[in-house]
Amino acid sequence: MLTPSKYWRESPQRYRLEAAKCTKCGKVFFPPRLVCDSCKNGEFEKTTLPDEGKIVSYSMIHVTASNFSDEAPIALGIIELDNGTKITAQVTDCTEDELAVGVPVKLEFRKVQEAGESGVLCYGYKAVLKR
Amino acid sequence: MREVAVIGVGIQKWGELWEKSLRDIFVESALNAMKDAGVDKIDSMYVGCMSSGLFTGQEHIASLLADYLGFNPNPAVRVESACASGGVAFRQGFIEVASGFSDVVLVGGVEKMTDVDGGTATYALGTAADQEYECYNGATFPGLYALIARAHMSKYGTTLEQLADVTVKNHDNGSLNPHAQYPFKVTREQVMTSTMVADPLRILHCSGITDGAAAAILAPVELAKSMKKNPIIKVAGSGHATDTIALHSRDDITFLRATAEAARRAFDMAGVGPKDIDFAEVHDCFSIAEICVSEALGFFEKGQGGKAAEAGETRLGGEIPINPSGGLKAKGHPVGATGIAQVHELVTQLRQDAGKRQVKNARRALSQNMGGTGGSALVHILEVA
Repeated sequence: MLTPSKYWRESPQRYRLEAAKCTKCGKVFFPPRLVCDSCKNGEFEKTTLPDEGKIVSYSMIHVTASNFSDEAPIALGIIELDNGTKITAQVTDCTEDELAVGVPVKLEFRKVQEAGESGVLCYGYKAVLKR
Repeated sequence: MREVAVIGVGIQKWGELWEKSLRDIFVESALNAMKDAGVDKIDSMYVGCMSSGLFTGQEHIASLLADYLGFNPNPAVRVESACASGGVAFRQGFIEVASGFSDVVLVGGVEKMTDVDGGTATYALGTAADQEYECYNGATFPGLYALIARAHMSKYGTTLEQLADVTVKNHDNGSLNPHAQYPFKVTREQVMTSTMVADPLRILHCSGITDGAAAAILAPVELAKSMKKNPIIKVAGSGHATDTIALHSRDDITFLRATAEAARRAFDMAGVGPKDIDFAEVHDCFSIAEICVSEALGFFEKGQGGKAAEAGETRLGGEIPINPSGGLKAKGHPVGATGIAQVHELVTQLRQDAGKRQVKNARRALSQNMGGTGGSALVHILEVA
C-alpha cells in the first residue's frame, strides 16, 4: 500500500530522474544507493538521467494489477536510456502495432496511478514514442 | 561435512483445496514424508513459504506448523525467497544435517493461495518484484516474463510455437501425475488461442494459483544405510545464488545469471556436468522461463532452448527430459512448496516409482527453483548412491 511517506521518499527519482554517480568508477545508479556494487566505493555525486532512449523489450499487459485495471491494457517496456541505464516504464499514447524493440522513446512526466479511492495521486515517468 | 540422503518425501493432490487450511495441507504432506521415511520424530524443521501473511493473514507459521505436527518444542524456521522459498528450505536443512548439527531434519514448503481473490493474489506475487521501480509502473509477473519472452524472440528468433510446445509437453507429462492440479493434455492450437495475459504470454503459458504443500526428510547417509533404505538417494550437489530482483538492472534480460551461477556451484560440488544429468525438474512458472533455464543450466546453448523444446529434446524419452512431473504449469505452483515438490519428483523417479512418466534408468537428476524473475536461484543434484 502506498502511504504518503513511502511515495514522497522516491519523488526525486520519479519526478526528476535523479540518480547517483560513483565518484571513483563513474557507475550510475538509479535509484541511488549507499555502496557501489562495482568498486565498493561509498561516495556519489548527484546526476540526472537522460530522458531519451530506446525500447529493449515491451509487453501489452491485459491482466493488470488491480490499481491499473481502469487503464487496461497497458504497454510496459524496459527502456535503455542514452547513458545505458535501463528502467521499467509504461509506454503511452501509442497503438500496439507501433511498439517494437529498438524504437526510440522520450520520457515524460505523467500521472502513473491513484493509490486507492481516496489515496494519493501518484506521478512519475512514462515513455512516449519519438515520431 | 557428512553425506546427506533424502530418506522420505510427501505431497498431496494439489489444487483449489477450499476445505483445507494452510496448516492442514502442510501437516498432511509432512506426515506423508515421515511415514515414507519411517521416522516418528525429527530434530528440526525448515518451512519454505513466500507469503502466508498476504495470502492468509498468518505469520509466525514455523512454530504454528511445528505445533500442529506435534513437534513443539523442537526448533522450526520459516525461510522466504519468494518462489524459491522451498529450495532454500531444502538447502538449509541439507546444511544442518551435513554440518552434524542435527540428524533428522524435515524440510517442507507450503502456500495457501486461494483464500484471497485474483487481484490480491496478483498483488501478493508481485511483491517478489521491485515494488518501487517495477510494480509502481504497472509491472506484473506475467508482464515481466513477457518482457523476457519478447527479448528472447527478438534476439534469438524464438517462436510462439516453441513457447507453446513447452506448455504442451508439460501438460502431457502432468496428465500422468496423480498429484497434478491440471492433469490433462492441451494442444498447441489451444495454447496459442488461449486468453491473452501479457503479450506474448497467454493463460496457457502461465502457471496457476494453487494450494499445496510438500515435504522431505533429510538424514546422514550413514543413518540411511543403518535404516536399510534402498536405494539411498544422496544429495550430491547444492548451489544457491542471487541476482538483482529488478529485471531491468541486468545486462542481458534473457540470461538467468543466478541460475547459471547456482548450477556452476552445484555441478562443482557434485563433480559432474550438464551431460551427466538424466532428467531435470525446473522452474517453469511461465513457458519462457523453462526455455531460459534450460540454457542457463547448460543443457543447451544460449538461444537454443526454444528450438530444443520444439524438437522434442526435453520430452520424456528425449535427450534431457525436463519436468516429467508436469512442471509448475501442469502440477501447479503453490509458490513456497514448489522447490520441495521438485525434490519429491526427483526422489520418486530415482526410486523408479514414477509409473507411466518414469524416466528410464534415471540415476542422477537436477532440480532448479527460482524466485521472482530469477533474483534467487537454487540448484540441487540428487543421485542414487
